[in-house]
Amino acid sequence: MIGLPALYALTGLMFGGWAIATLLDRGHGKRLAGAAFWGLLAVEFLAGDALGDMGNGVLLLALVALALAGAPGKGQAATTTPAERQASARRRGNRLFLPALIMPGVALAGTFVFPALGNLVDPKQVTLVSLGLGALIAVAVLMIWLRPPNSAPVGEGRRLAEGVGWAMVLPQLLASLGALFTVTGVGDIVGSLAPLAIPDGSRLAAVVAFTGGMAVFTILMGNAFAAFPVLMGGIGLPVLVQAMGASPVVVGAVGMLAGFCGTLLSPMAANFNIVPAALLGLPDRYAVIRAQWATAVPLWLFNTAMIWGFAFR
Amino acid sequence: MTLSLWPLVGIAIVVIGFAIRAHPLAVVIAAAFGSGLGAGLSIPEVIAAMGKAFHQNRYVSVPWLTLPVIGLLERAGLQEQASALISRTRAATASRILLIYLGLRQITAALGLTQIAGHAQTVRPLLAPMVEAASERDNPAITEPERNDVKAMAAATDNVGIFFGEDIFLAIASILLIKGFLESANIIVQPLELSVWAIPTAIAAFAVHGTRLWRMGRAK
Repeated sequence: MIGLPALYALTGLMFGGWAIATLLDRGHGKRLAGAAFWGLLAVEFLAGDALGDMGNGVLLLALVALALAGAPGKGQAATTTPAERQASARRRGNRLFLPALIMPGVALAGTFVFPALGNLVDPKQVTLVSLGLGALIAVAVLMIWLRPPNSAPVGEGRRLAEGVGWAMVLPQLLASLGALFTVTGVGDIVGSLAPLAIPDGSRLAAVVAFTGGMAVFTILMGNAFAAFPVLMGGIGLPVLVQAMGASPVVVGAVGMLAGFCGTLLSPMAANFNIVPAALLGLPDRYAVIRAQWATAVPLWLFNTAMIWGFAFR
Repeated sequence: MTLSLWPLVGIAIVVIGFAIRAHPLAVVIAAAFGSGLGAGLSIPEVIAAMGKAFHQNRYVSVPWLTLPVIGLLERAGLQEQASALISRTRAATASRILLIYLGLRQITAALGLTQIAGHAQTVRPLLAPMVEAASERDNPAITEPERNDVKAMAAATDNVGIFFGEDIFLAIASILLIKGFLESANIIVQPLELSVWAIPTAIAAFAVHGTRLWRMGRAK
């Protein structure tokens, strides 16, 4: 069965390739630190199972220490010049858009085809497996069509990864912090404190405490999924639904969306807010959040009004 | 027994850390130790707990597999072709491109196709160069900060589109989470009942963000 282990091996090999390429890159400002950064990630993905919890924890601390010391840094991955790109674009024209459709196409096809193939692909991981397969097919097609040097997939991937920099590990690290907050009971504490913020009997105050709590706790955790059980368990279910008779469907569905408004404002939601700023080379780390707040705030008000207006009929 | 508040130290570290713009990786590690020690774990226990969670959450980093593909496409001039196409098409203004993208992203996400676009897959190689080229064509005196604002808006539009489209799809993780939570409280709901309630907010998201995009085009 093809599932996460195969994807982890593939991802590990990619990181390993970047480690070797960095080591061979004489013009790299942080050659050893950069190679160690990608090398540790490769070890985590290829052999993390054998390291044990403590081993993985030490590896994680070493990764962060390297990042604070400037890893992965920027090297001189061989790529084409702007003039060569212009020439290639003129020569190949709109056909260049076709290989860009391979990954979405495979993702689409995989969603429908893989479940029909029985146990070939882990049913829980259809999306990620499709993504990995799409990437492999796209690389193969591009290598055959464009005939770049054999090192190009590693080199071009590394060029982009170095552009993202230390933010490459931030999403996985934040997911780990979320898991640790669960272990230490942060959610339970917030859930037990939240009802204290509501004046007795005020329906509007209770709704605002719920949607506001969803947004604020999502901003802090970076993930509405982490906030939902806490606020639904603390206010949504006991106060809105059970004490005030609100519809659990409206409270649940719209409450989650109020949390999504918080995601738009959260630096903890690195995948959506911090990584794209790095991918686009924006000098302000929070540029995407600044572009989103004027959408997030009115939408949060809308969701609050939806629950207030439609949950109590 | 009264509930100890000490694990909240981790939350406080996150808030202060991001507010003073400390290095995010350092903030996360400090918050982990703050919350862990506050909850009575020892230092080795915190390290092991973080190591275990980091290992279990490897799937979060798997989408980086798209980087070599995007890099190869860029090498062949995909961004340049996207710019050239838009420079020639006067009707394609930055605000219209983003409006169309927002609508398509919401509709495809509502059909469960969340993975067909994204910051690495579409925003960096296609959407950002397109809106940049359109802004440049319509305003040759564009400044560097204005250029960055347009690119940030491209990323923001992708986020708004996926967030307020995906919950209309029945089998998305958030809908299943809501259903599962209510079920544990003996309230049985069908995914369809929940996803129907995502539609008004999806329309509101298009209206609010779309208005901002439309005004962005009129501001010049």
